[in-house]
Amino acid sequence: MQLDINHIAKLARLGLTEDEKVLYGRQLSVILDYAARLQKLDTNNIPPASHAIPMKNVWREDVAAPCTNTDEIVANGPTVENNMFRVPKIME
Amino acid sequence: MHKKTAHELNKLLAKKESSSQELTTAVFAHLEKVEPKIQAFVTVTKEEALKQAKAADERLKNNDNVTPLTGIPIAIKDNMCTKGILTTCSSKILSNYKPPYDATVVEKLKAAGAVVVGKTNLDEFAMGSSTENSGLHKTYNPWDLNCVPGGSSGGSAAAVAANEAVMATGSDTGGSIRQPAAFCGVVGLKPTYGLVSRYGLVAFASSLDQIGPLTKDVTDTAIMLNVLAGHDKKDSTSVDRPVPDYQKSLVNDIKNLRIGIIKELLGEGIEPKVKESIQQTMKKFEELGAKIMEVSLPTFAYAVATYYLIAPAEASSNLGRYDGVKYGQRSPNSPDLLTMYNNTRAEGFGPEVKRRILIGTYALSAGYYDAFYLKALKVRTVIKNDFERAFQNCDLLLSPTTTSAAFKVGEKSNDPLAMYLSDIATIPVNLAGLPAISLPCGFIDNLPIGLQLIGKAFAEETLLRAAFTYEQNTDWHKRKPSII
Repeated sequence: MQLDINHIAKLARLGLTEDEKVLYGRQLSVILDYAARLQKLDTNNIPPASHAIPMKNVWREDVAAPCTNTDEIVANGPTVENNMFRVPKIME
Repeated sequence: MHKKTAHELNKLLAKKESSSQELTTAVFAHLEKVEPKIQAFVTVTKEEALKQAKAADERLKNNDNVTPLTGIPIAIKDNMCTKGILTTCSSKILSNYKPPYDATVVEKLKAAGAVVVGKTNLDEFAMGSSTENSGLHKTYNPWDLNCVPGGSSGGSAAAVAANEAVMATGSDTGGSIRQPAAFCGVVGLKPTYGLVSRYGLVAFASSLDQIGPLTKDVTDTAIMLNVLAGHDKKDSTSVDRPVPDYQKSLVNDIKNLRIGIIKELLGEGIEPKVKESIQQTMKKFEELGAKIMEVSLPTFAYAVATYYLIAPAEASSNLGRYDGVKYGQRSPNSPDLLTMYNNTRAEGFGPEVKRRILIGTYALSAGYYDAFYLKALKVRTVIKNDFERAFQNCDLLLSPTTTSAAFKVGEKSNDPLAMYLSDIATIPVNLAGLPAISLPCGFIDNLPIGLQLIGKAFAEETLLRAAFTYEQNTDWHKRKPSII
C-alpha cells in the first residue's frame, strides 16, 4: 500500500528523520495491508460500535468548585512564568 | 513472609502475629535482592511505604476500619497517577511528571490501607506485549531471565511472580493484564469495561482500557477487585450498578456450568504444547462437573486487524496532549511553536508509540476514515455479536491466554505485526468489553502457560467461581520460580 508518510507525520505533529520515514513507511504499509482483510467482510447493514457497552452521554451539575492545588499543577510545566505556561512564539 | 498471599498475610496481621512494618521491611529486603535481575520497577517508594505501613499498624492495633488489604504491600503500574510520585508511563516524555492527584483506584487502595511499594515498568504508554517497548529499561521474566515477562503490565506481573509485591494493579487494552499474567504464572483479571474507574489512568485507547488485579491466586484477585470495582462520577464511562462481594463467589463447585471451548483458538498458530495443556484443562473442568462444548467464533480472524485500527486511532487522539506545554519534557531551543511540538514529540516518544500514532492518524485522516476507522467500528459490532451468539448456549468461554509461553528477549522486537498477532486470544475480549481472567494451567519446560476464561458482561462472579474451583483442584499455582 502506498502512503504519504510526510502528510501523516505533519497531521500527527511528529518530526521524523529520513531514516524513520523509510522505516515507518514500510512498516505501516505491512500493517495496513494486513488490515485490508476487513474489506472482505460485508458490513453494509451493521452499525458502528464506538463502545462495547451501550452508553449515553453523562452530565453532571455545572457547579463551580475551588481549585486549591494550582501550584502543584503548574509545577509540571516545562517553562512557567506568573502561573502561566510560556511557549515559543506562535506568529511573526 | 514475602512469599505469602494477601489473604494469608491478612490472617497473620489480624492475629497480631506480625505487623505491616515487619512485612513491608521483609518485602523490601527481598526486593532489593532480586530487583537488579528482574527490573520490574520504575520507581521504588520505600520511605512512603514504611510510613503507610506504620499507619496501617495503627489501624490494625486499634481495630479501626481494617480491610483485607490493610498493611499489604502492593505495586502500581506506572500509568496510574500517584499524587506527588513520578508517573512516567515508562516514557521519556513523562519522565519528570508528578501528578497533582491520585487515580481513583490508587485512592481506593490507599483508603483500604494498602502499602504502595512502588510503580512498575510497562511498554511505553501500555503499547506492547513484552515490556521491551519501555522507554526506560527492560523487565525480565522471573522464570527465565532470558525471556520477556509479557506486556504491557510486565513490571506488575514480574513483581508479583518474584514476590517483590504481594499484588499489583495492571491495565488491559488488548491483553496487557492477562498475557503477562500467563507469561509470569500469576492470576490476572480484566474486568468488564466500566466496572473499574479509569480516572487517573493515563489514556491509551479509552474505549478499550480497563484496570484490574494481578495476584498470586484467585482469592487475592477477588479481594482486590472488591476494592477496585464501583461507580465513579469522575469517569463518565464507569457503570452505576451495585457491586457484589466477590469473595462470596469463591465457591469450589462448578457442577453443570456450561463452558464453550473456542475452536479458533485451538487451531493454527497455537503451539502444540499449549494446545495439549488446554485439552488437559478441559478434561479437568469436565471431571469437576462442567459441561464442555465446542463453539466457533469465526470473526476472530478479523479481531487483530480491527484492534490495530481502533486502538491506534484512539491513541493518536489521546496522545495529542503531549505537546511540551503543560507537563512532561519539552525539546529545548525550538524557534517557534510548531517546531517545538514536532521536536518534543520526536524526542519524547519511542518507536512503537510513533508507529501507532502514525497508524491512527492515517486511519482517521480525510479520505481513509470510512475505509479504515469506520469499517473497524462496524467489524467491532460483528465481533461483539459473535460473542453474544456464543453466550446463548454457554456461561463461560475457554481458551489459552497466549499462543505460546514467554518468548525470548529480542525475539519479536523487530517485527511489529508478528508481535501484534500473538495477542489473538486476548484482543477480541476487549473489543467486546467482556471480563476475562488468566490463571496458570501448565508449563512448557520451566515456563508457565495461562488459561483464559471469558465471561458475559458483568459476570465476574461466574468467572471467579470457575477459576477458584480449577485452582483448588490443581497445583499449578503452587509452582514458583527458583529466583524467589
